[in-house]
Formats: sequence, structure tokens, C-alpha cells
Amino acid sequence: MEIVMAFVCGFLFMAAIYLILSRSLLRIIIGTGLLSHGAHLLILTMGSFKGSAPPVLSEGVTDFVDPLPQALILTAIVISFGVTAFFLVLAYRAYHELKTDDMTLMKGSEDNE
Amino acid sequence: MFQVLCIFIPLLAALFMPFFFKKISSIHTGWFVLVVPIFLVIYYAMFVPTISKGDSVIAQLDWIPSLGISFVSYLDGLSLLFSILISGIGALVVLYSIFYLDRTKEQLHNFYIYLLMFMCAMLGVVQSDNMMTLYLFWELTSISSFLLIGYWNNRDKSRFGALKSMMITVAGGMMMLGGFVLLSIMGDTFSIRELIGQAAEIATNDLFAVALILILLGAFTKSAQFPFYIWLPDAMEAPTPVSAYLHSATMVKAGIYLVARFTPIFASSEIWIWLVTGIGLLTLTWGSFFALKQTDLKGILAFSTVSQLGLIMSLLGVGAIAFHVDGAQDTIFKYAAFAAIFHLINHATFKGSLFMIAGIVDHETGTRDIRKLGGLMSIMPVSFTVALIGSFSMAGLPPFNGFLSKEMFLTAMLSITEFELFNFTTWGILFPIIAWIASVFTFIYSFYFVFKTFTGKGQVDRLPHKPHEAPVGMLISPVILAALVVVLFFIPNVVADSFIKPAVMAIQPFLYSSPGQIDIHVAAWHGHITTELLMTIGIIALGLILFLTLSKWQKVYNLFPSKLTLNNLYDFIIYELFDRWVGGFSGLYMTGSIRRYLSYMLGAISISVIATLFIQDAFKVTLVGATPIRVYQIILIIVLVIGTIATVFAKSRITSIVSLGLVGYTVSLFFVMFNAPDLALTQLVIETISVALFLLAFYHLPKYKKEEERTRFRFGRAFVSIAVGAMVTLVALSAHSQKLIGSISEYYKETVYSLAGGGNIVNVILVDYRGFDTLFEIAVLSIAGIAIFGMIKLRLSRKGEKL
Amino acid sequence: MKTNDVIIQFTAKLVFFMIFFYAVHIFFAGHYTPGGGFVGGLVTASAIVLLIVAFDLKTVQTILPINYIYMVASGLILALGTAAISMFAGKPFFTHYFDYYNLPILGKTSLHTAALFDLGVYLVVVGVTMTIIQTIGEDE
Repeated sequence: MEIVMAFVCGFLFMAAIYLILSRSLLRIIIGTGLLSHGAHLLILTMGSFKGSAPPVLSEGVTDFVDPLPQALILTAIVISFGVTAFFLVLAYRAYHELKTDDMTLMKGSEDNE
Repeated sequence: MFQVLCIFIPLLAALFMPFFFKKISSIHTGWFVLVVPIFLVIYYAMFVPTISKGDSVIAQLDWIPSLGISFVSYLDGLSLLFSILISGIGALVVLYSIFYLDRTKEQLHNFYIYLLMFMCAMLGVVQSDNMMTLYLFWELTSISSFLLIGYWNNRDKSRFGALKSMMITVAGGMMMLGGFVLLSIMGDTFSIRELIGQAAEIATNDLFAVALILILLGAFTKSAQFPFYIWLPDAMEAPTPVSAYLHSATMVKAGIYLVARFTPIFASSEIWIWLVTGIGLLTLTWGSFFALKQTDLKGILAFSTVSQLGLIMSLLGVGAIAFHVDGAQDTIFKYAAFAAIFHLINHATFKGSLFMIAGIVDHETGTRDIRKLGGLMSIMPVSFTVALIGSFSMAGLPPFNGFLSKEMFLTAMLSITEFELFNFTTWGILFPIIAWIASVFTFIYSFYFVFKTFTGKGQVDRLPHKPHEAPVGMLISPVILAALVVVLFFIPNVVADSFIKPAVMAIQPFLYSSPGQIDIHVAAWHGHITTELLMTIGIIALGLILFLTLSKWQKVYNLFPSKLTLNNLYDFIIYELFDRWVGGFSGLYMTGSIRRYLSYMLGAISISVIATLFIQDAFKVTLVGATPIRVYQIILIIVLVIGTIATVFAKSRITSIVSLGLVGYTVSLFFVMFNAPDLALTQLVIETISVALFLLAFYHLPKYKKEEERTRFRFGRAFVSIAVGAMVTLVALSAHSQKLIGSISEYYKETVYSLAGGGNIVNVILVDYRGFDTLFEIAVLSIAGIAIFGMIKLRLSRKGEKL
Repeated sequence: MKTNDVIIQFTAKLVFFMIFFYAVHIFFAGHYTPGGGFVGGLVTASAIVLLIVAFDLKTVQTILPINYIYMVASGLILALGTAAISMFAGKPFFTHYFDYYNLPILGKTSLHTAALFDLGVYLVVVGVTMTIIQTIGEDE
């Protein structure tokens, strides 16, 4: 399963980077969303899926999965939500000010350098 | 403890200055500042009785104990003398600035914050025993000097001068840091005192000479020695109180201090003696010669400062000779270090007063151009008297303190001819000759400064302002300094016992065990005609002749090619080499397109990671230990892939958001599958809120447009994405296939109940084991929230007005 | 937009309390079973979002007159303060304490300083999420 997941993560990253390199701000934001999904799965995959029980203590269970990647991902999920929200607002504020959402047109022009 | 805190008192006081400036604007902020240096002078003066006995006082405040870095206030003769100079001159300069800077027109809080910051930094430099904190304070002096030179930041010349001084002194500071690091490796300590203790072993180290040269570079750049002096004349764009304080009395003496402080370590080296003495004399001569070319009053003083710093530097170089002579405390070599410290004090007094007079002349007449000035003697009698005293002292005339130290300087230079090591027997005779020539020029520029300004015909009517004598308050400081110039001439031995001898002991600890042993008695008249006296008479005679014929031979300066100067070299390096060539080269790929940069970066990362994986033979795939694949997992993966593809190629934004949501929910199902209930729960809720958020934001964003790309970029974009995807896959595969070390979470699993009293390991890691991470994470989250709030609510229009 | 769908509004009111109590539950259960400050905070926020969808921003603001920025700040202070408690006892920053007590009604209960820290996290998460939603929603 880990092998397959490695390819899935690679695929998610590829799609995310493709979107991030596009011109439209909204596509870039969606790209970062995909990127964080990919990153979360990547961390989990690299930590291996061994273990048959969630990392919660209960009677007679000792074969937990590794809790550390999960803790890292949990913070990452919340942070990526904050970042996405920030990007969204930044994007639409930029759109309102500059009247464009095209990255190539947003390049600093002479008068507002 | 309090002793260490005293270094930081100016910095603490600086915090309150904006408050004083804004709230108590009817009183000049300078009066509040004045309290600080006056307190410090009194505080440090209380140490004089102890220190003059030859003891030292040390206090320590740990900063980074694990690295051996601490704030140390080490007061011995040398550092106490400097501390008193810094706070004493500081008090006078602040007093002077109260009348010099207008309360209503100037940004006083900025000025005094920089000044207090400098005071703190300078005290730190001279008191630090730890080389790392010494370096820290050293750079802080450069930064505060930069800010003070550029204080009138709307002037091009101020900014240029500030940048120049910063470039040169910070470059030197970096060199010095390198020297410090080498020394600390050699001696395995950051403490200068401990290094002095191991001076003999260090001297045999291979890197000894490298450390020596690096540290000297630091000292030479700071103390404006040849060829680094070029920043000092440009630094004269600073307000005059700053020039008087930083660029003549204190900061430029930091290099002198450094050389004096490290003399016990490096004195055994021949390079040290040659370099310090040679560069010092060269600077002395060069500075005094070119001072006469200047037409700006402060320019003359700048070059004269350069030259006088060279003089002190060369004396310290000669002082190191004493290390090589047996029984040096009874020979003529003992004078050099003493003369260096003595002249340092004298220079601070007379040069400080001269700078203040230059400031007064500028303030009252509106110009500092010596060609426009003249005949101010009858209009500004007090200023004239002070200037006369200062200049005569600088020229080395009795009855002023400059005469005494100039005599001792000549004695020290003559002593070189008697030194038999290092080829000094052949070349040594050059030293007194050069010293004598330089002194002649010193004499001429001193006269040039005072008499061209205050006597002569003058065109008083043509000056920008109608001149009159400065206000009393402005004259207090220069008059005090001028009085000191005279007083020091009459009581040199009192000063010697309480200040100079303890300082000399710090420079030459290998010679003396207590200051009382230093058998030097300063006297103006030695009871018989000495060589030095004859040399002085020669200086006066030739100096007078040359001064009176100055207009005839001043044209000599035009003969020097104006293109081949050090200043042009500096301009070439900064503006041609860096700005044009290097800037032009980077302009080739810095096109301003962020997408392009991003593809460069991502492409470079993936290529280098993939290459490393294969070169290091780190790429391995193994199926051992992999968990089996189940059918529902395949289905989930297919859903995920379809969702991703739909997100990328969606024609409308709604479709792409819904597909992104699909991907997110699938990911949360993956979390369930991989035994991560916390993650699944969080992901589920986050995904819901995110979709709501996207829909809210849609209201404000435009619809998708068809993307039109140039084929080349489209190709590059695809390439970069595939490369990144491949990199991630390869890294994930390698990471799975070779677990070099086991997971650290075994510890968490074992102790979660016993130590943390919890059952959910993930949550316990978050709130307990790795609570720091979580604390910072919620801080970041709050910042994001507040930033969003700010972007929406606190909107500014293009002109900066609130909407 | 002023919605006036009675059925939705009524259901939303009910569901809001259900979600909210569920959030409180997973927050407190977080130390032993899945849950905790992050999830609890997010679930609470989504409950409030549900109210906003059913009614509208202004109404919800009159029902829950909370300044979410203050909520964020108090959460941060609480988290930092909890972490700093141990410093007064001379222990390193972030040392947590816990013990078991017999409380009336609840019986044997463990009390943690970590739960206080988690409460800080909870407040920050709710505060930030609601700040974001609310400010974007208010923006014309």
C-alpha cells in the first residue's frame, strides 16, 4: 500500500504544482489546497502504515500506528486552512485594487514600484 | 550585575525618548538625555581609586551559557579610561546638541535614540571581555553611526556617506569576527583575559598570523587608517555633535582600543609591529598632507582626525617593541604606549572642542567653506579663543596638552632607531623623519584651520547669515574642553597616575605588575635641550614658513591625478562592479515574473534531489514490510485521482471547488483507513468550512478565464510539475524502503499514561510533549486571522488615507 | 441576504445545540479518545457557520455577541499562561501537571493543566475561524 500511496502523493504534488504555476489567482489557491493534501498524505506514507489500532490507549491493544506523523499532520491541516483563507482574502483584495487576477499583469508597473 | 546593566542604561533610556519628545515637547529632549551620561560619568568615576591601584573589577551576566557567551563588564585601566571618555564627552556633546538642534524642526527622538544606542554599544565594546559580545557591540556602533550620519536622510550626500561608512566598517567588522573565531579556536575560549594568559602558546599556532591580520583589518577600518580612511570625510555629513562625538572622540578610537587590548596577545609578532607602526605613520602623513587640500572646515578636521588616529596607532605599534626588549621598563621604549594613551586623551579634548567650534561657525554663518570665511575674530571672540587653544594644542605648542604628548611621540619614534631586531637598524631612521614631516603638516593645517576662519580680510557681508557670537549654552561644552586642554598641560602627572598608567598596564601587562612601577614623569621642560625639543623648534620654524607661503604652493595638490583616488576605487567597486555588472547579470534571469522564479526554484529542487538520490545510491524500493492493498483502497484512490484531475481541468470555478472538496473528503477517508481518527475528524470539519469559505470568497473573485499560455512556458510548466511529482514519489519510496532509525514515538507510546496521564497519544503529543509547536501554531493561526481582519477592515486608499 | 425559512431555522437551532455539545464532548474527551482542542474548536465553528447559513450574519451577531478577536487573544493568553505556570515553580517552561480527584457527581476525575492549554487552543481555533468567516461575510 505504501508503494501505491507514494505514487498517489506524487500525482497530487504534480497536479498542485501545475495549478500553482498558472496565471489565475484562484487556480493558484486551489493548487495550494491540493498541495497540502499531498503533503499530509506524504508525511503519513513516509511514517509507514504499520500497526493495527489507532494511537489511543485501550484495553489489550499494543500495536498502535505511529502517532507522531499524525500529530504533525493535525497541526498542518489547521495551518493550511489559515493559509488558504489568508490567500483567498489576499487574492480578492488584490483583485479589487488592481482589477485583475492575472499574475502576469500584476507584475509591478512603473508607477507603483 | 549592576555594573553590566550600566552598559544598557543608555539603551533603556532610549526607549523613553519618543515619549519625552511627543508628550513633553516644550522642553528640549536633550535635557532628559543629558541625565544618562552624567550619571554614567559619576558612576565610572567612583571606580577610579580602585583601578588606579592596578586592580580590575569584573561583573558577568550570562547570555548563552551553553556556547560560553556572556555579557561581561571588565573594568581595568584601559576600559575605564574609555568608559569615562565615552560618557564624559557624551555629556558635553548632548549639552552642545541641545543648542545645536532645533527642538521644533528636528526629529529629536530619532537623533537621541541613535545617540543613546551608540553610547550603549561603545560602552559595550570597551568593557566586553567576551569576544562575541565585543563583536556584537562593535557592529552596533557601526549601525548607530550609519543611522547618525544619515540622520538628515533627505540629503543625498548624507545617505551616500552613511552607506559608505557602513560598507567599510561592517566589512572590517566581519574580518574581525573571523579573527575572533580563529583566536577562540586556538585558545578554546572567548575570553580576552584568558587568551592573554595563553599568549605564548597561541603565538606558535599556524593561524596566528591570519587572526592577527583579520583583527587588524577590523581595527583599521574602524579607526579610519589608510587606505580605509575614505569613509571618515564623507561621514562629516552627520550633524556636528555627532562628528565631534563619534567621528573624533569615541567610535573611531574603537580601533585604537582593539589594538591596545590585543597588544599583549600579538606583541610578540613582527608583523604586528611593522603593520601597526607602518600603517599608523602612513596614515599620519597622508592625512596631515591632504588636510591642507580641504576647503570644508569639517573636512579639514576629518583629515586631521585620520592623521591623529594614525599617530596613536603608530605609537601602539612602537609600544609593542617593548615586548622584545629585556628590561624595557627602564629603557626609552617604555614611552610609546604611555604617549599613545596620553595623546588619545588630549586628542579627545582638543579635537572635540574644534569640532564644536566648526559646528558653531556653520550654525552662525551658514557655511563651512573656508574660502568664504575669514575675519570672524572680532565677531566671535569666545569661539576664536577656543579654536586658538584647540589648534595650538593640535599643532603641538606649549602651554597646551598637545605639546606634551607630541614631545613623547617624537621620543617614541626616536627610540625605534635603537631597536635592533627585525631590520629596524637599517630602516628605523626613516620613522622619526616621517614623523617629523607629518608633524610639520599637522602644524600647518592647525594654523590653516584657525587663521583662515577667524582672521584675514573676510567677506562678512557675503555670508549666508549675518554672523554673531553663539548662544552661551552652545559655548559651554567647547569652553570646558578648551579649559581641559590648558589644565592638562599643567597637571599631566595627576592624570597620568589615575588614568594613563593603569591603562598602560593593561596594554603591557608583561612589563609591570602595578601602575606604580611605571617610571614616567611628564614634564614640559627636561632641564636641558633634548633632540625632541630641537625637532619641535624645527617644526615650528618650517611650519610657519610654509603656512605663510601656503597660497603659493597649495597648487601642488592639483597635480595629483583626480581620477586615481581611493574614493573612485570605492565608487567603482560599489556602483560599477556591484550595481552594473553583477546587477546586469542577475537582470538576465530576474525578469520580475513570479511564476518564472517559482518554476526555477521548484525545477532546481527536484533536479538536485533526484540527482542526489541516484548519485548517493539512496534510491531503493522494497516491498518488504509494506501493508497489503485492499479493494476499497483501490476505489478510494481512483476517486482521489478523478477528483484531482477534475480540479485541474475544471472549466468553471464551482466545478473545481467541488472537486477539491471531493479530494479533501477522500483524504479524510484515507485517514480513517490508516488508523488516524483525529485526523479524519479534523479533515472532515476543515473541508466543510473551507468549501463554505471558498463560496463566500467567490462573491469577490472573477470567473475563470481561458488560460492562454505561450507554448514554451506551458511546456516548462508541465515539465516542472512532472519533475516535482517524480521527486516526491521517489523520496517517499526511498523513505519507505529504508528505515535507518526507528521512530522516536516509541517513547510517547510508553510514557503517555505514566508521565502525561492521557490516553490519546496524538492529542497528548500536541498539548504536552510538543506543546511548543502547538503554541506557535496557534500563534500563526491568530496572525493569519488578524491579517485577514486587517486586510478587510483597515483598508487604505492609494494615497494612504483611511477609507 | 435575509433568509426566512422557518423549517431550516428551527432545525438549525436544534442542530446547533447538538453539534455544540458534541464539540464540548470531544474537546473534553480529547485527552483519552479522539478529539481535542483543534477538532472541538472546528466543530464549534462549523455549528456557528450553520447558524449563519440558516439565519444571517447580523442575526447571529445579535444572538452571539462575541468579539472573536478578543476570543483569539484570550485563547493565546490562556495557552501561554498555562505553559508559564511551571516557571513559577522553577520547572522548565511547559511542564504540565495532573492528578486524580474525587469530585462530587463526576466521581473519580483526572484534572490536567494540559486541558487548560487545550482550552486556549480551542478558543484560538474558534476565534480565528469565526473572524475569517465573519469579516469575509461582512465585506461588501
